Amino acid sequence: MGQAGKVAGADVPAVQLDHVVRRFNDRPALDDISLTLARGEIVGLIGRSGAGKSTLIRCLNGLDRPQAGRVVIDGTDISTLSEQALNPVRRRIGMIFQHFNLLSAKTVAENVALPLKIAGLARPARIKRVMELLDLVGLADKANVYPAQLSGGQKQRIGIARALAPEPLLLLSDEATSALDPETTQQILTLLKDVNRQLGLTILMITHEMEVVRQIAHRVLVLDAGRIVEEGPVARVLASPQTETTRSLLRGLSPVLPADLVAQIAPEGDQALIRVDVYGPDARRPLLAGVEAITGQPARLLHGGLNDVQGEPYGRLFLALGTNDQDKLAAVVAKLKPETTAIEVLGYVPATV
Amino acid sequence: MSPQLFETLLGWAMTRPMFDLLVKGMWETVVMTGVSGALSFVIGLPLALILVTTDKGGIFQNLLINRSLGWLVNALRSVPFIILLVAAIPLTRLIVGTAIGIGAAIVPLTLAAAPYFARVAEVSLREVDRALIDAARAMGATRMTILRDVLIPEALPGIVSGFTVTMVTLIGASAMAGAVGAGGLGDIAIRYGYQRFETVIMVAVVIILIVMVSIMQWAGDALARRIDHR
Repeated sequence: MGQAGKVAGADVPAVQLDHVVRRFNDRPALDDISLTLARGEIVGLIGRSGAGKSTLIRCLNGLDRPQAGRVVIDGTDISTLSEQALNPVRRRIGMIFQHFNLLSAKTVAENVALPLKIAGLARPARIKRVMELLDLVGLADKANVYPAQLSGGQKQRIGIARALAPEPLLLLSDEATSALDPETTQQILTLLKDVNRQLGLTILMITHEMEVVRQIAHRVLVLDAGRIVEEGPVARVLASPQTETTRSLLRGLSPVLPADLVAQIAPEGDQALIRVDVYGPDARRPLLAGVEAITGQPARLLHGGLNDVQGEPYGRLFLALGTNDQDKLAAVVAKLKPETTAIEVLGYVPATV
Repeated sequence: MSPQLFETLLGWAMTRPMFDLLVKGMWETVVMTGVSGALSFVIGLPLALILVTTDKGGIFQNLLINRSLGWLVNALRSVPFIILLVAAIPLTRLIVGTAIGIGAAIVPLTLAAAPYFARVAEVSLREVDRALIDAARAMGATRMTILRDVLIPEALPGIVSGFTVTMVTLIGASAMAGAVGAGGLGDIAIRYGYQRFETVIMVAVVIILIVMVSIMQWAGDALARRIDHR
């Protein structure tokens, strides 16, 4: 299947992009994108609409071609392949869509069977595999109905069954939960997590919802204006976003100081106010006790808190230190800096807040 | 209904030879529209597929073929049928050997209906969601698979409706072909109803045409509904 001359094995990344550029009428949709997806990884690719997410996903299966750079799928450089030569590679990449893209004229079973038919599987083998897949997504009883009779969540399950049919190496998810209600979204994400664990499938989740990334991704890439502006473990990025784009995508998920508190922050005052971002092991440390040991005063938590991303704690805390002493403040910052993801002195607030 | 009762009822309206003439004319119309309809489908659907897939962004993009074919279809469609009937006579002689009779009428009828059906089917094919074609491409489908498993089945309800419209148009056009000696109901209506002022014949032809069109439309709608799972 077009793999001649390449070393197969777990060390070959599922996907590798080198300096990929795609322009539309001189406007760059992808501007020098480099990234690697390891096998078995779930990576979230998040960005606003128009950031270039869809273009990126279309470059991965050759539906779109970059003008510069290399797209390497499982060791095969696809950026120069002809449409015909691309087909064997495409058969190893499953894709699910926001609007499901099921064929209305085919039954559920025929839809799931289509990639198998394309792969040249004989009819009896096809039927057997289709039933396995429908069992996997819990819709074996719907084999002979048409997609129009299914709910959105059921349609997406069929989409997933169809994408998994040819035992792909990589699953691309293009806003797969964006048209679903929260409860159905949960079920679909759980299903994707399960197939990732059971089949060791590499998944790239494109979304504009940070909540989706938080629930399922191991790693997140933030795309803005065709560039990757931030990347890292999900807990780290959630705890301490480095760019304005990420912060705006996190709105609602990340604690922000209430306006009345912000109004009381001044360059001088009774108590220093600091912001501390933590994730992972740092979030399990007795931070507040350390602060109290230095200042001699109990630190007060004014706002913020801890959350959890797939068992990993992360959070943002706004602390009033109980003192305005410059030396003590410097000592607190010096102590917390190596123990936290980020720390910032915001100013001073009255002791009454 | 007993044969005697039928003869009595018929006798009030027309003579037996008249009745037989109408039956013969109806049969000729059915043959003319049936054969030219089938030919129009066989020629028109591939034409429509080529027009859609060779267009910009299509799976067989080829603008030279697309523009040439588009021009040919437009040219055929711009000739009024009554003129096409006469203009096609040399071609009809070449294919059928004669320019008179229902066999000869099939040539101009097909020349008119095939491009018409091609345009109607083209509209349905273009309405197939581009995302479905992309989804099939993303699965590694060949272009023939996209035609067979995506484009045609997804557009089929619309194609069937379009074919029904084409057939109804053909029934009308076949009556016009009757005017130049093709036989069929049109021929009877003109020779007896118009030239000999036999109003009963004229009314009978109109009623038969209405019934034929109604049956065609009903059958087409029923089939389109049956295959539409959207």
